[in-house]
Amino acid sequence: MSDWRARPAVRWAGVALIALTLAVLPFALAQVGTTWVRITDYAILYVLLALGLNIVVGFAGLLDLGYIAFYAVGAYTYALLASPHFNLHLPFWVILPIGAGIAALFGVLLGTPTLKLRGDYLAIVTLGFGEIVRVFLNNLSQPVNITSGPQGIARIDPFRIGDFSFSSFQRIGGLEFSGAIKYYYPLLLVVLAVIVVNLRLQNSRIGRAWEAIREDEIAARAMGINTRNLKLLAFAMGASFGGLAGGMFAAIQAFISPESFILVESVMVVSMVVLGGMGNIWGVILGALLLSFTPEILRWTVEPVQHALFGRSLIEPEVIRMLLFGLALVLIMLFRPAGLLPSSVRKRELTQQTP
Amino acid sequence: MDTFLQQIINGLTAGSVYAVVALGYTMVYGIIQLINFAHGEVVMIGAMVAFTVINALVPSGLPPLVIVLIGTGVAIPVCMLVGYAMERLAYRPLRHAPRLAPLITAIGVSIILQHLALMIWSRNVLAFPQIIPSRTYMIGGAAITTVQIAILAICFGLMAALAILIYRTPLGTAMRATAQNQQVAGLMGIDINRVIAATFVIGAGLGAVAGVLYGTYYGLAQYTMGSILGLKAFSAAVLGGIGNIPGAMLGGVLLGIVEALGAGYIGDLTNLCQYDVLASRIDDCAGGGNFVLFGSNYQDVFAFLVLILVLVFRPSGLLGERVGDRA
Repeated sequence: MSDWRARPAVRWAGVALIALTLAVLPFALAQVGTTWVRITDYAILYVLLALGLNIVVGFAGLLDLGYIAFYAVGAYTYALLASPHFNLHLPFWVILPIGAGIAALFGVLLGTPTLKLRGDYLAIVTLGFGEIVRVFLNNLSQPVNITSGPQGIARIDPFRIGDFSFSSFQRIGGLEFSGAIKYYYPLLLVVLAVIVVNLRLQNSRIGRAWEAIREDEIAARAMGINTRNLKLLAFAMGASFGGLAGGMFAAIQAFISPESFILVESVMVVSMVVLGGMGNIWGVILGALLLSFTPEILRWTVEPVQHALFGRSLIEPEVIRMLLFGLALVLIMLFRPAGLLPSSVRKRELTQQTP
Repeated sequence: MDTFLQQIINGLTAGSVYAVVALGYTMVYGIIQLINFAHGEVVMIGAMVAFTVINALVPSGLPPLVIVLIGTGVAIPVCMLVGYAMERLAYRPLRHAPRLAPLITAIGVSIILQHLALMIWSRNVLAFPQIIPSRTYMIGGAAITTVQIAILAICFGLMAALAILIYRTPLGTAMRATAQNQQVAGLMGIDINRVIAATFVIGAGLGAVAGVLYGTYYGLAQYTMGSILGLKAFSAAVLGGIGNIPGAMLGGVLLGIVEALGAGYIGDLTNLCQYDVLASRIDDCAGGGNFVLFGSNYQDVFAFLVLILVLVFRPSGLLGERVGDRA
């Protein structure tokens, strides 16, 4: 039992089982309802965002409360380069890297002036940065119309390879593929790639350097770590994952507006990271999945329960959903302050008494 | 009318309200290093409770001032109770947890409070009844209303009272001692739990008054008003150096003024048509047209831009001490 890792056969069987489950998952969900496939797609996007933010917050220990700005940058890059708005229709595999690159540039832009800041000061500056990006998105419709302001950009191109469009319903070999199911696979591929990158990063030279910076920046510098470059790298890498997720969000959604990039979204992603366990990749994934599915499950259960108990809907389901969400945040933090799956380093920290 | 003086007056009014809210953030931060994200919601609840009471009392025919006083008088204890409950249930158990844990509960509490308010008052905007006759006075070409005068007077009065409380009373001394070193303060016979609870209660009380003032100034209150107000007030606190009481006052007033001046002038400054070199090349300028790059709707950017600039050059805020801390 304890040495299953050492037995390749068992290990590969496990991997195959997980791969199979992930491959048939959307069809199983489609049986429950097509919405659930869509919800899963968005959950994967949140996993991407949470993993990206985890690099900044979990690995490098830089609290970023404006992370959604990079998501917005990626989404708007995609929307502007693939929609009737400017009449540009570049293919997605060109735009997504561009979006990730521009987001990384924004990451450096945010990182450079804030290198000296720590903790809460950094938190508020990043928060301000997120708000600034949103205000610009809202107002860059005048005097020259770039972002269409609050109306947002509509009719964004879906992913397309030749004639194969990811957004339309199709029947392939007897299986019914809805748009949501089609998007699921590229999303899954990207998220798996990002997970691999994260896992490899964590124990690399860079990952260890980030950890050192997080634990004690001055000591890290004394050890010869170039803290400036590494912090900028953390911002840039985190931002590029955000940009990537944003581009895919724009394609799936086909419509974006500044409404999707409000502070609450940043807070949501931070909550996912902290809730799951900062710095622990599996914890972060768990946090992201929990926080994206729980509210949806609540949305679908709260209304019927109210009808069964009182015969009518007393409180809007949306309100109850958010109330329970807030309550969940508080309770989980009260009982597991280091997150659901804390990273081993954090666990070690917690058992030691800090002065 | 003198734009400059007018915007200074407007900025001073809004800024003094920011300052009072910022005090709530900075007191809590100073004592337990927690960003109390939910403070903005406490301010909102103060405004909502007060407006509900005021609207209910209008038909009674009491003098307007008495009505407003009763409304505020109800709002203050309600907010204090919320502040106390928040500290007791959500923050105290986490006092020795990792730094980010109470921040997340604060976010959770903020979501809970906002949606409780949504449940109680729905999405409607509560209007402040026009019961106080507003008179306008002119000072050197700028207008100032009685409401503005009242807000300024109350805010500066509150700040003075708080300064006396913190620097001249035993409770204030205990608060400062706890902020410096909790353990040692405990050894000196200070009941730390009581002092921290008192800090939350005082901050919430100030927040309640600020909520009423803010609502009165803009004439309305809504369940969402807490977040943006809280954000700005928190920026103000950081601007002045978080944890620093005079810093929060200075930061709030400065932020209000910068914001008002920014909103007042940016439209004119970025109107490219006034620059001859550019005007001849922009079609819109023909016949006295305008080509405004950034209008006053960028007002919110100013607050944050100034904040970022200050922090870049003075990372611990204007009056803050340099301390090494991290997330």
